[in-house]
Amino acid sequence: MLGKLSWAAIPFDQPIPMIASLMVILTMLAVLLLVTWKGWWPYLWSEWITSVDHKRIGVMYILLALVMLVRGFTDAIMMRSQLALAAGGAQGYLPPEHYNQIFSAHGTIMIFFVAMTFMVGLMNFVVPLQLGIRDVAFPVLNSVSFWLTAAGVLLVNMSLVIGEFARTGWLVYPPLSELAYSPGVGVDYYLWALQISGAGTLLSGINLTTTILKLRAPGMGYMRMPIFCWTALASNLLIVAAFPILTATFAMLLLDRYLGFHFFTNEAGGNAMMYINLIWAWGHPEVYILILPAFGVFSEVIATFSGKSLFGYRSMVIATMAICVLSFMVWLHHFFTMGAGADINGFFGIMTMIIAVPTGVKVFNWLFTLYGGRLRFDAPVYWALGFMVTFVVGGMTGVLLAIPPADFVLHNSLFLVAHFHNVIIGGVLFGAFAGYTFWFPKAFGFKLDERIGKAIFWCWFIGFYLAFMPLYVLGLMGATRRMQHYDVAGWQPLMLVALVGAIVILTGIVLTGVQLVVSIRTRDQRRDLTGDPWDGRTLEWSTPSPPPAWNYAVLPSVDGLDAYWEAKKSPKSRLQNDPEPETISVPRNSPIGFVLAFFAVMAGFALIWHIWWMAIAGLIGALMTILAHAWRVSDEVEYIVESEASRAAI
Amino acid sequence: MSDVAGSYWRSGVLDPQGPVGAAQNTILLNATTIMLAVVIPVILLTLGFAWWFRHSNARARYMPDWSYSGRIELIVWSIPALVVLFLGGIAWVGSHDLDPGKQIASNAAPLNVQVVSLDWKWLFIYPDLGVASVNSIVVPAGVPIRFQLTSATVMNSFFVPQLGSQIYTMEGMTTRLNLLADKPGKYPGLSAQFSGEGFSDMRFVVEAMPQQAFDQWTADTRAAGGNLDKASYMQLARPSSAVASSTFGQVEQNLFNDIVNSNNPVSGMSPAGHHSAPSISDGT
Repeated sequence: MLGKLSWAAIPFDQPIPMIASLMVILTMLAVLLLVTWKGWWPYLWSEWITSVDHKRIGVMYILLALVMLVRGFTDAIMMRSQLALAAGGAQGYLPPEHYNQIFSAHGTIMIFFVAMTFMVGLMNFVVPLQLGIRDVAFPVLNSVSFWLTAAGVLLVNMSLVIGEFARTGWLVYPPLSELAYSPGVGVDYYLWALQISGAGTLLSGINLTTTILKLRAPGMGYMRMPIFCWTALASNLLIVAAFPILTATFAMLLLDRYLGFHFFTNEAGGNAMMYINLIWAWGHPEVYILILPAFGVFSEVIATFSGKSLFGYRSMVIATMAICVLSFMVWLHHFFTMGAGADINGFFGIMTMIIAVPTGVKVFNWLFTLYGGRLRFDAPVYWALGFMVTFVVGGMTGVLLAIPPADFVLHNSLFLVAHFHNVIIGGVLFGAFAGYTFWFPKAFGFKLDERIGKAIFWCWFIGFYLAFMPLYVLGLMGATRRMQHYDVAGWQPLMLVALVGAIVILTGIVLTGVQLVVSIRTRDQRRDLTGDPWDGRTLEWSTPSPPPAWNYAVLPSVDGLDAYWEAKKSPKSRLQNDPEPETISVPRNSPIGFVLAFFAVMAGFALIWHIWWMAIAGLIGALMTILAHAWRVSDEVEYIVESEASRAAI
Repeated sequence: MSDVAGSYWRSGVLDPQGPVGAAQNTILLNATTIMLAVVIPVILLTLGFAWWFRHSNARARYMPDWSYSGRIELIVWSIPALVVLFLGGIAWVGSHDLDPGKQIASNAAPLNVQVVSLDWKWLFIYPDLGVASVNSIVVPAGVPIRFQLTSATVMNSFFVPQLGSQIYTMEGMTTRLNLLADKPGKYPGLSAQFSGEGFSDMRFVVEAMPQQAFDQWTADTRAAGGNLDKASYMQLARPSSAVASSTFGQVEQNLFNDIVNSNNPVSGMSPAGHHSAPSISDGT
């Protein structure tokens, strides 16, 4: 009746996961109770859960990412404290079977549900506004994408309480992830959670690609698009091209695990090397899916706060698209040590370095954007400058790792771990926070607290250097990744420094919560009534903050780059030529995404635990939901816009 | 093992003890120096420009519309391109010179060692000498070691940081690696590819000693007995962790090839082709 599920699945005997999951459950119950007590359900349901407004969906993505940042960081600080203790024969407080789940969950959560989710959220919120349009191409699909991501998040977190998570590392390399070596449900949790959220990501990629290619404000040719939209386009093209590979690869591993196939097993002609090639054929583009939008954020931030156009816009566009294409030609550098031979290693090493050229160009262009500007040191600028300083170091160690003979001694070491945290924290995460601070007033109509914002930056910046510079050194000393304890007592002092760094970052994360609470409480003093708090350059700043559901009553007409900046400079040029219409169509709310996600969680959970009747019920439910949507009667609801008054009313 | 790694710098890749590690060390330092020549100025310029062009600095020239310069564009594309051209050369030449499968030029005849990663320990077979050891390798200093590697379980990576290159071990396949220890000494080794619960203890020691001492070790090992045949191998292959090092005075012929082929009905899948094991000259 319940497949493999029994009371034994709940780790009553392990205090740490039990306490952690109890806290998660209690927090969730508290939130649910509060919402019920205050009677917020109708509001949440109609304004958020069923909303198909790209801005609301973007905000929910980012909220989800922030919540998962806390989860992923909890894993991080457990790892750091374990390694600070487990030196010279000591075993620390986390046994291998638990520690191995923690680092696997940390990587999975941070990449898929923090970095990815944050960036998709930013793109969702910003891109339609920057393009001067009312919504994405497929608003309901957008809601479906978000809720499928949320379904994946829920499944990953359920593994904390019911059963276990993968103990294989975040990319579940076979043969370790095959049934023979990982008979538990951990890998299944991983696979189904990512299959479901991956479907969401792919749909989101299709949606945003279509939006950028087909729906732009009148006059906005490709070379008039804000640079963030270009990076979003590159990122979403990569999603469309790369995520099917991930889905197919996981599907093959699932067939191995569920139906006795032998794609990647040791037996019967299976070949794990195929998996490793395929996973990185997705995995390397994934890195650029994350970093390209961050590059876009920095470009906007540096240009805006310098009060100056982005230097070398054309170069930036070319560099972005070059990275987009090249990112598919370098996957093999993740396993130079597999013994492919000198020619192949040499080729992929050089291809990898070539990516450093457009990336280097970007850095120089930011540099020359600063030159001749009037830089205002608001919080987003801190993130941007911190990024430029940190990212070039990460880029340098990246090129080192791209030299095959150097990689032979650095591969899989803590040096590698330091490198990718250097680019993911220093690049993606700094970009996420820069974007969060930059566009927050657009989303909510008031600025975040500046002082706390800068303190958050310093915590992350200093914390990053404290936590990861020691890891570079440890890697050179021969310390490898994923070890649960180590013999060399001499490594311990550096491990302790790394722990201190993690604690400094923790302070930054706590301050992010504090900043939100403080800013909301004092929102009346920090209100932005202009819609343009930073003296912005692109269209999103020409509409009120927060923008109405339809973004623009009249689609702006664009006759150049930095359209809003130009319009502000010359009173003659106008963004809007037409009179405001009397009615505007805005898509109706839809519960499809939420309902579909409910059935996806049901089917996913059932498949993980081999509860076949429930899996079938979930799949039928999902299918019926889709059919119901396909045969829906009406789609759009109409808002009446009363010209002048409409702005004041919002 | 902590005596081996007493001074922690001494166990790392920055303290190479053989030609492979030394060459890699040189590449690391050269490449870092070349890149620092660009990276440090970029960091300083970032901070310098940001400071000088701050909003409150009235002396800084404000050029709100300056956003293109063909000359600067040329330079900003050229600098990274030149650096990469140079480093690309290093990468290509280095990939060939330091290919793990390439034999090390030496007057001494190479010693063959076959490596099998097990859950969670290392088995080292000396096919020419007919002895084997677990979790420790003894080698003659100054003699090239020709490794053939496979796994009897999941993937692992064989790595001795001070000697240089690591290489994956994979079931049903043979990978190749050539290393050499210049001087007598003890060099810690490990698995660099996560392989499950006992992974952290998949450590071993490479002990390099003069040829004479090595010959003595071989003789002693043979005398100490222990027979590694199919049965005792199956016993050894059972999962266990933190295993103390041990030796076998006798090894069944072709054991390594049998391990490679045991789960692999489709022969010829091996990326290195299917080489037969080097002939066993001294099987006892």
